[in-house]
Amino acid sequence: MVTIAMLTGFILILMGLYGALTNHNILRMIVSFSVANTGVNIVLVAVGYIHGRTAPILNEAVPAAEAAARIIDPVPQALVLTAIVIGLGITTLMLAYAYKLYEMKGSLDISKFSELKW
Amino acid sequence: MIKNFIVLLFLFGLGMIFSALLLGYTPDSELNLTGRYYAEHTAQDLGAANIVTAIIVTYRGLDTLGEVTVLFLTAAIVGMLLSTGAGKGKSLQRKLSQSGELLTTGSHLLVPLILLLGAYVFINGHLTPGGGFQGGAIIASAILLILLTDPLYRFSHQLISIVESISGLIFLALGVLGIFFAGGFLDNRILPVGELGSLFSAGAIPIIYSLVGLKVGAEFSSMLVNFSETEDS
Amino acid sequence: MSTLMIAISLIFAIAMISAAFVAIYAKRIAIAILAAGLVSLLASVMFLFLAAPDVAMTEAAIGSGLTTFLFFFVLGRVRGEKND
Repeated sequence: MVTIAMLTGFILILMGLYGALTNHNILRMIVSFSVANTGVNIVLVAVGYIHGRTAPILNEAVPAAEAAARIIDPVPQALVLTAIVIGLGITTLMLAYAYKLYEMKGSLDISKFSELKW
Repeated sequence: MIKNFIVLLFLFGLGMIFSALLLGYTPDSELNLTGRYYAEHTAQDLGAANIVTAIIVTYRGLDTLGEVTVLFLTAAIVGMLLSTGAGKGKSLQRKLSQSGELLTTGSHLLVPLILLLGAYVFINGHLTPGGGFQGGAIIASAILLILLTDPLYRFSHQLISIVESISGLIFLALGVLGIFFAGGFLDNRILPVGELGSLFSAGAIPIIYSLVGLKVGAEFSSMLVNFSETEDS
Repeated sequence: MSTLMIAISLIFAIAMISAAFVAIYAKRIAIAILAAGLVSLLASVMFLFLAAPDVAMTEAAIGSGLTTFLFFFVLGRVRGEKND
């Protein structure tokens, strides 16, 4: 299952990057970036999974004494939790800039923005 | 086309790297050192049942502070970019038909319940899955429901920024208290650790995570409100 | 049990990749945005299979909820643009 999840994540990253590099509409590029972002998160969580173990939450089923033998690695999960929230922040910033660009030029086509092109 | 060819070549190289990573990956069968330390010490040291929460709020509390700061900066930049001239929006408001009775009543019924769910999620963050970030997002979705049912409703930016600044300040103050009364910055043991699994346990974790939840909820709400208020310009 | 889990996660993996395909190639932007939200939603179920309920909650609330609506707010403002 870890292999399936990692493979899916890698494929999502590649598809997202392909979409971001080939599309001409800025909104579509942002959508593709968010797909790639999801892929990265899946790969990171899959790295922490250990076969046959359970979530890192202590209760009657997982007493504190034997936690080390029963739970999966909690560190990647904490990392991905941060990454998702920051990912929303990045997406929001990109959207705000896209809106400003649209206000300026009346278009979202990336080939119309040629001021900094060399 | 030459550009597509370069892109495909780049992605092919990246795919090669990924497949090498995937083929060379052997899943762990044991926790590594860091994970083992957290698994063994969280319960007796911090008293939090949810180890992910313990890592986010206490062990890596400084990272969470930075994350909340990044979110604050994002909300501030979005507000700055999307701010329209005062007065300009009022004269250009689109004519919208009234939202129906069913929609209005339904949203008035649902919004308090969603807010309650958000509060439940972040207060119980140290016991069950969930916590400040999830609870904050749920609170922001209640705000989103109000915005969707009544697009002309204007939220008080003052209130949002007051909630955000006050919860951020208390969060920092609790962190500084940790230096004087416990092990270090953002240590949760300024309050008694209590019994594992009860609501009032894990020291200051529920308080800190609730404040994080309020702050994150206010930040997400301010982003949503800013985006929805660009409408009339 | 284990075979069943593998079968279910395979189905979800295929669904996610098809949704990502739609998100990149859809004719209209609105459909692309919805498909990206679907990728996030399916990913949150995948996180649940990988024993990460915290991450699953975050992804469901933030990744597929708020992000989709932010996209739609912007899409509504750029209505003059032809949606190709």
